[in-house]
Amino acid sequence: MSKLKTFGLGGVHPHDRKSRTNGKPIEDAGIPAVAVIPMSQHLGSPADCTVEVGAKVEEGMPIGKSSGFISANIHSPVTGTVKEIGRVFLPNGTSSQAISIEVEESFSPKSSWKADKNWEELSKEELIDLVADMGIVGLGGATFPLNVKLKVPTGSTVEYLIINGVECEPYLTADHRGMLELTDKIFKGIEILYKIMEPEKVFIGIENNKPDAIKVMSQKASAMSFPTEVVPLKLRYPQGDEKQLIQAVTGREIPSGALPLAIGCIVSNVGTVYSLYEAVVLGKPLIERILTVSGGAIKEPKNLRVRIGTPISELIEKCGGFSEVPEKVVVGGPMMGFAIFDLDTPVTKGTSGILALTLKEVNSSVRTSCLNCGKCIQACPMGLNPTTLFKYIDHQDYDGAKDIGLLDCKECGSCGYTCPAHIPLIHGMKLGKLILRKNQQKQNKVKA
Amino acid sequence: MIILYSFLSVTLLGLIFGVGLSMASKALAVRKDEKVEAVESKLPGINCGACGYAGCSGYAEAIAKEEEEDLTLCSPGGPDVALELAEIMGVEVEISNQRMVAQVFCRGNDERSKTEFVYQGVTDCNAAYLYFGGNKSCKYGCLGLDSCIKVCPVDAIIHDEDGCVWVDKELCISCGKCIDICPTGVMKLIPHEADYIVACNSKDKGAVTRKYCSVGCIGCKMCEKASPEGGYKVDNFLATIDYSMDGEREAASVKCPPKCILSLKGVTVKDEKN
Ligand code: SF4
Ligand code: SF4
Ligand code: SF4
Ligand code: SF4
Repeated sequence: MSKLKTFGLGGVHPHDRKSRTNGKPIEDAGIPAVAVIPMSQHLGSPADCTVEVGAKVEEGMPIGKSSGFISANIHSPVTGTVKEIGRVFLPNGTSSQAISIEVEESFSPKSSWKADKNWEELSKEELIDLVADMGIVGLGGATFPLNVKLKVPTGSTVEYLIINGVECEPYLTADHRGMLELTDKIFKGIEILYKIMEPEKVFIGIENNKPDAIKVMSQKASAMSFPTEVVPLKLRYPQGDEKQLIQAVTGREIPSGALPLAIGCIVSNVGTVYSLYEAVVLGKPLIERILTVSGGAIKEPKNLRVRIGTPISELIEKCGGFSEVPEKVVVGGPMMGFAIFDLDTPVTKGTSGILALTLKEVNSSVRTSCLNCGKCIQACPMGLNPTTLFKYIDHQDYDGAKDIGLLDCKECGSCGYTCPAHIPLIHGMKLGKLILRKNQQKQNKVKA
Repeated sequence: MIILYSFLSVTLLGLIFGVGLSMASKALAVRKDEKVEAVESKLPGINCGACGYAGCSGYAEAIAKEEEEDLTLCSPGGPDVALELAEIMGVEVEISNQRMVAQVFCRGNDERSKTEFVYQGVTDCNAAYLYFGGNKSCKYGCLGLDSCIKVCPVDAIIHDEDGCVWVDKELCISCGKCIDICPTGVMKLIPHEADYIVACNSKDKGAVTRKYCSVGCIGCKMCEKASPEGGYKVDNFLATIDYSMDGEREAASVKCPPKCILSLKGVTVKDEKN
């Protein structure tokens, strides 16, 4: 057998802990009593709220309008009445305007959706506009508005379209289940992407801890009318990141600060491709997503299809509740996710998982000073020196940190994962970037 | 003999180079504008950046070249420096002789103010603020993780005996760096002579504030009634003082139910409450 592909520098091998859910079919999570819909669920500027308190809204109706070049529309996932427009904290710790909708008692989700037009008759531009209308964003984590990504500037060409089925974060299995259960629909989505971007070739990257998905996807790929290849990858974190995935699949490297398009590649996550299918073929906006509820403190871990805006507490209940008091509840994967303190935090478009972790899983320990062991340097897939970066930031030399590559850090968490001194390295990187952003804003103001 | 020769030749070489260098430095000297130098010599030289320029020399150059007309931007220098600059430049300046100092509008320490979760991140207020606005239930108060203390160029900020972050008004040079870095906006400027301060920044409704903090302003308007001439005004459930009013403010301080109006008379780094 030939050697499995993977990326070059750094990376770590966390225990994948996926066995509790990777055999479980996707279930419906049901409808919440109140859905809380934040206006900021994507990268870029928050959507403008288009409804008022007391208004009646219907499933799939637009309630937030994209407010800029990088922004996205938001639709009501339920039928009901707007009870309140206030502010909530999002799982990632920032706050956002949010619409609370009291769900009508008689509401049951539409069972069949039908698009206004047959997608095969639409032009590229019309397809991209449709994607924008439906509020589709990247579901792999970055929540970048898909329509913006699809607008390839004149002069650039897409050689490779890479579909991301890596799901390298431990515990998460939603994409894995999607590839097994929704295979045809995902390939329909790939066809749509192919029509919009006309790449020379489509690659689908899947790590080799999902042999069943590799098999199913390969069978389907060989039957496509355009060149499509499933690339099995060696298990390694953070292979699901754009940069690492492109390198693993094509051997090409994105220059610092550039987009994948600079080297002729575009990456899209399987979950996103599935939503694209629903939007374009069925005319269904992004009001639902598939996510994994797992962790040692969850009684019956599951993969769930969830309405956006459902409080996390209801999903935990759906999974039998806690089997013991969790040490931390994390939204997203354990490497890049965020610990939350309020279980009524709503699910957003970017929520890929909910993990209730036990003390043992959290493996928390006392922070000591840096041992100069160099493990973080070895782990960093971007070739940075995390401990030196942290020291600069700790001494408020943010420009110094920038000079040695702070802005290249993707907050993947590999450094913090390996650090035996338990230094909050990634948090430091986030702080450094925040202050650099603030200083930049201040400078812009002085100049203006 | 060899030692003597080498000694002499090295000395000679040294002499020749020395003379050469000193002549070169005269001939090639970069003449610094006399006016810039004169202006710079009057500035305090602590490079705090309060003027908005990169250090004192930047401000000096802008003034000397008449690119900057405002001569009162140096807050550490105060009115004295502004007057001296005006003399050099041969212009008039209007001086407001109110000295301002920064202060922390919050007395909510660990015992008085509730927290929502255990924070284990980087010891820095901006880092803590990234997640849910910090671990305090109050999203307006002081997080106590020392960001301001670290940036203050004159070490005017400390943790006082209550564990609260507090500015020593005698040391503060009003550069505004702390106000800039503070993520919650709890630091504000007050006159150096201010006699009272409403030491709270919470704009939550009284009932909400009362639940999470024992020394938070509940917006009850008692202060407005008790000291009507004292400049007290409640807006957004938070009392503030208009320092241009000079009526008495003590009665309000005594009546305030959560006791968040502190006397600053003669106090530098002390909390008068017990
Ligand atoms: S979080 Fe940043 S510094 Fe740390 S390993 Fe990832 S890219 Fe490197
Ligand atoms: S209520 Fe006022 S005093 Fe209490 S923590 Fe908040 S800002 Fe500070
Ligand atoms: S920067 Fe603000 S929040 Fe932090 S310690 Fe200073 S006053 Fe408190
Ligand atoms: S307390 Fe604030 S305004 Fe005063 S000198 Fe220090 S940093 Fe500057």
